[in-house]
Parts: sequence; structure tokens; C-alpha cells
Amino acid sequence: MNNPKKLIVSHAPFIHIGSSIPQMSLHIILAALPAVILGGMFRFGASAVAVVSFSIATAMLWEIAINLVSKKPVSVGDGNAAVIGLIFAMLLPATAPWWFVLTGTFIAIVIGKQIFGGMGSNPFNPVALAIAILMISWGDFLDFDEMYRHFQFDFIPTYPLTAVKHFGLDAIEPVRLMDLLLGRQIGGIGATFGIGLILGGVYLMIRGFIRWEISLSFLGGVFITALIFNIIDPSRFASPFFHLLTGYTLVAAFFLAPEDSSSPVNFIPMLIYGAVGGMMTILIRNIGAYVDGAILSILLINLLNPLLDKIRPKTLGKVA
Amino acid sequence: MVLQCQAAKEKGTHMMKRSFFSVTAPRLQVDSLPGVLPDSVRIETPRQIMLLIEETADNGNAMMLRKGDPVKTGQKISLSTDSKAYAISTVTGTITHIEPFPGESGKQFTAVSVAVSKEADPDESFATYCDSPSLEGAVNLLGCLPGSPAFEIFMDADKPIKTIVINAMDQDLFIITAQYALTAFYHNLTQGIQHLKTITGVEKVVIAAPQDAIQGYGDIGASVMGIDKGYPEGLPHLIAQRVAGHEIPVGKDFQDFGMAFLGVEAVASLGRSFQNKKPARTKMVTFMDKNGNRSLVSTIVGTPIRDILKRFDLGLNDQDRIIIGGPLNGYSTYTDAFPIRPDTDAILLQDKDDVAFVSDYPCINCGDCVRVCPARVPVNMLIRFLEAGQYEEAAENYDLYSCLECGLCSYVCVARIPIFQSIKLAKYELGRAATGEAADE
Repeated sequence: MNNPKKLIVSHAPFIHIGSSIPQMSLHIILAALPAVILGGMFRFGASAVAVVSFSIATAMLWEIAINLVSKKPVSVGDGNAAVIGLIFAMLLPATAPWWFVLTGTFIAIVIGKQIFGGMGSNPFNPVALAIAILMISWGDFLDFDEMYRHFQFDFIPTYPLTAVKHFGLDAIEPVRLMDLLLGRQIGGIGATFGIGLILGGVYLMIRGFIRWEISLSFLGGVFITALIFNIIDPSRFASPFFHLLTGYTLVAAFFLAPEDSSSPVNFIPMLIYGAVGGMMTILIRNIGAYVDGAILSILLINLLNPLLDKIRPKTLGKVA
Repeated sequence: MVLQCQAAKEKGTHMMKRSFFSVTAPRLQVDSLPGVLPDSVRIETPRQIMLLIEETADNGNAMMLRKGDPVKTGQKISLSTDSKAYAISTVTGTITHIEPFPGESGKQFTAVSVAVSKEADPDESFATYCDSPSLEGAVNLLGCLPGSPAFEIFMDADKPIKTIVINAMDQDLFIITAQYALTAFYHNLTQGIQHLKTITGVEKVVIAAPQDAIQGYGDIGASVMGIDKGYPEGLPHLIAQRVAGHEIPVGKDFQDFGMAFLGVEAVASLGRSFQNKKPARTKMVTFMDKNGNRSLVSTIVGTPIRDILKRFDLGLNDQDRIIIGGPLNGYSTYTDAFPIRPDTDAILLQDKDDVAFVSDYPCINCGDCVRVCPARVPVNMLIRFLEAGQYEEAAENYDLYSCLECGLCSYVCVARIPIFQSIKLAKYELGRAATGEAADE
């Protein structure tokens, strides 16, 4: 009684499940590594390493910069900036110039995330927003055929989606699905290696770091829409498997669409969100102006998110 | 995913972690009684006890209590003749202190400390009551029995009670007090149910018991309803819903549907009191030390936690935590002088290394809380309004009052937001605003 101990008093609950934002970021980065290292760095060499490193580094620096400017606690430790930098790099060609990367991470971190209030407040996926703005501003630097012109590959160095869009199915005749799965295609640094992306995605889904409902319904939307096109005119439209494994489809399904802040949390909205995203991707690819619709369709479903999340079960004890 | 609390109890409160596969929301279970009923550890009558009366001493009524007043075992102690709140002394002795005592969630108590004398001198008021039991008598004398039976709900003529629900579900993880009372106090429970029926005139009595413990209660005088052991199925709200067969609308309480809830230990205490012709004073408490060693403690109401620690030869360090109740919906106290109250089911100790901290991060909208919420509250939206202090909006549009206060949202929160605390604060502030408005009129 003379020397009472100072006990900690706080509000219940007194235990925590142990998850945290840094842990979540870490696992998302881990899940992306197979696709980035095996699919990107080994295929495209040192320039891919440079783009990925520079992208992550600049994303984190932009985060620190905006923290300092806005006089907020430095939030780079939560790993979210690193995740954004990494996913952004996954979508870039290995030959992207430094200023292109720097601008992109600026758009993603500052315009895409921080000016809305930081993590959890961004209405759009920061990476998708950055890529979309870059695509409109300097589209040539995302033209993979052009960007990999000086590379030597042991496979046909054409971007499959451009080939099928401009030259029809004959142009992708030699492309085997196995090639796409093994990353024998050109494309974004982390977007070509199908097996790596699928492994990473499955890992994130079973660990609960992303919502499987969104990823699977996105892929389902891609598959079914592509299948319908394929059935209607098999001579013009590529098979659904081709669409699943080319372009940004897998990255979008596992790393862009399930981004927490810009996606719904209730079951039915998640399914609609994903399915609409997949469907729009194929609509843009098959009948739209752009080669790959994944980025724009992600932005579109981000826009639908607040509306979709109004579809929710009736709360307990709520009268009418 | 079933997180096994049985495993947790061996390691204490830091073991309740996320499972590797987390496709679905985590599912916690309340513990089961060990197959062999554990012996309870008896705590000797302490030299000093503290009784908490939920009333402040400055309400203008004449104080009936004085320092130095003698009290008898079983004597009713209240601050003034008009006050409804009271405590029953569990010892004979002398009042040494009367002081204000801040409780959890803004409650204000008056703490009455009694120095225990050697000779026990029983008070006669209970014996008188035994000769002519009545509901009024129960309200006046038995509200502080171990288990804290709330008899005054039977007095409301506008809301007649048709069903008495005896809750034998432990209210949180780690706790086995209610299950123990159900099993060990069978005889007293039967007597208690009989007596309850007599004084209230209610014929229908339902015992809500864990699914695996519903056998063998054929002659107890009540029907037994099996309840899932997944947390929070044992909270009164969800049990009431099962008894009523429909959801309890927000803003209605159990009495509106003719239900009254009593704890299983309260009913057993009632039976025991009549058997012994003196009010029961021993409370069963689940006690868990920092390493997760669990014991059942039987001690008189008013025993300071300090004395229980002494019995187990346990010390505390700075920044440790004493949790009263369970890890998800209990409350913590700042002093080991805090007494066992009639409704204290568990005392948990937590080492400072195991204390789960909260953060000031904003919601990242991951939706874990939404999926784990038993009331289907849109917690992700709710917390945004709560953090902005827009409580009315939160109540109106985002179902603040549907919350069952189970604490699971904070437990799973990736950003470690103190969601449960924000919810309680919002309800408290709205309640205060409402009483303020009522006072103005």
C-alpha cells in the first residue's frame, strides 16, 4: 500500500489478434516477389532491378516528403508506400526512364493517396491512378513493343495484347499458354510471370491479406466475358485463358483490385465490384480504344465502390 | 478458423493470435470446464474489505454512514434512507473509510471500507425476510448476492415478466465461473429456481447453458437451452433473441418481450441463502495469472484483489494490468485494492509485455471488423463518424445502438484502432446529452 504499483488502465479488449499494417504490407511485398524477381528481374535484367528499386525508393521518399510538408507523423514505416512503389514498378517496362518512375510515384503517393488524407482515405487505387495518368500523358513509354525494342528474347517479342488488337488472332497463333504462365512474354516487370502471380495471389488470399471474393470475381468476370466474346466470334476474339494470362489481368486481380481503401467490404458488393472490373477489362480490350483495359476498369470500379458498399445486410435489431 | 483458447490458457493472454489461414473471420470460443471439476481455492476472510455502492455521497441526502460505525454480517449498507443503491456487508466489523471511488465507464461509486473483527455477528434482517419472502424484500435485501441478481425488473408493472432466463454462459473467453456454478451448485440452483418462481410468480424458467453441458438437468425445474460456445453467442442479447425467436429491435430491452435475465450464480446464491437462512456471501471468481494458470477462487464479496494475489504469492510490476472480467469485454483497474464485487466473474493479470496497445492510425477499410461483427454493424463506416465525433450521425445512419459490445472489432483491427472504446464513448456521450436534455425540460 505504501508503494502502489502503477498499473496500466485501458479499455477492453485487452488482447489483439496480432495483425498489423506493417505485417500486411510485408506479406503483400513477399507475395509479389516471385513475379518481380523471377518474372521481371531475371527476364529483363539489371534495368528491371533499377526500375523496381528506384520506384520503391522514390515512393517512400515522396511519402516522407509529404509527411514533413503536412507536419504529420512519418508514416513510411507502415510499408504502404513501399507496397505502392513495388506494385507501380510491376506495371512498368524495364526500360522506363527515371523521370517517368519519379513522376509516377509522385502521382501515386501524393495525388493518389496523401492528399486524400493518407492510407485508408484514397478513393482510387493510387497505382492505377498513376498508371492511368501516365498512360494518357506519355503513353509511348507504356508501349511495351517500343520499350523492349533493343532486347533480345528467345520468344516472340511482341506484346500479346497489342498483337491481338491490331493484327488479329493470327498474330498470337504461336503463343502457347505455357509460355504466358512461365513469363515468356513481354510486359510490365511484374506482370508477365503468370505462375508467380498466381502463387502470390493464392498466398495472399489464404492468409487473408486480400479479400478472395474480389480477386476471384475479378478473374471470373474476365473469364466469362472473354468466353462470351470468344463464343460469339472465335475468329476475332482471343480465348479467355489468353486474357487471364496477358496484360495486367493477374496483377489487377491480386494487387490492384483488392486494395483495401478503394474496394468494398461486404460480400455481395465485393462480388459485383470484382465481376464488373473483370468485365470492363475485357470490354475495353475487345471493343475499346485501349490495348489493356485493366487499369481503367480498376478506376471505374473504385468509383462504384462507395455506392456498392451500400448493399449490406440488415443490422441486428434494425427496424425497417 | 477456430482459435483454440484451450491452448491459450497455458500461455496467458498473449496467445490469441491470428491463425495462418484466415480466409474467414476468426472464431473464438469460450472455454469448457475441465472434465474433472477443479477444486476451488478458498481465500481467507481478509482483515479489511471494501464495499462499493453505486452512488455518490454528495447527493444532499443525510448520510447514514459514519466512520467508526459498527456493521454486522449481512447488514444492508446504504448512504441514506432514500437511496436505492446499497451494499450488503459480508463481514462484521467497523467502518474505517468512506470515500468516493471512480469506477469503469464514468461510473461513480462510494467505497466503504470495513475493518473485520474476529467475532462474526449476523444481522437478523435476512432471517426476518425468510419468514415472509416477497419480491419487495428481495429487491431490498438480495440485490448484492453473489451474482448480482436484478430483482427490480420484476417490479415494473408495465412490463410484466413471463420468462426468466438464467444465463449459465460465461460472458468472455477464459472464464469458467458460470459453467462451474451450473455444475457445482446444482442443488442450490434447484432451490433458487423454486424460490424465484414463488416470489415472482413467473412459471417459465429457461437455463441458457453451453451446448456440451445441457445433459442432466431434468429435475431442476427449468428447461435447458443449449447455446453455441462460439463467442459472443453467450451474451444476453443473442440469448434473448433465441428465447424470443426473433431479433430484439434496437431501443427495446428484454423486459419489453417479457424476459428477465439472471446469472446462474445469482440464482444459486439465492438458493444457498435460503438453505442457510443467511445471505450467501461467497463469490466464485476465475483467476488467471500472467502465465495463464487458471484457478477458481471462492472468496467473500468485498475482498480486495490484493488478498487474492497474496494467496497465490503473486506480485505485480509497474505497467502490468489487472483485468476484471474477460479479455474482450472486461475492464481494467488502477489499483489492487479494487474489491471483488457481486458481479465479478473473473480477474486476469496481464504482464506489461503482453499488453495490447492501440494506435492512432485511421481506418484502412480492410473490412475485418465488418466480417467479424455479430450484429452486422458497418463498423468501417461507423468508426469514421465516431472518430470525427459525429455521434448522432453514427447512431442514426450507422447503427451505433445495434452494437452488442463484444469487443471483437477492436480485437481484429489491423490498424489497432480502439473501436470498442470509441463506441462506448459515443454511447456515453449520447446518453449524457439525452439526460441533459431531459433535465432541461
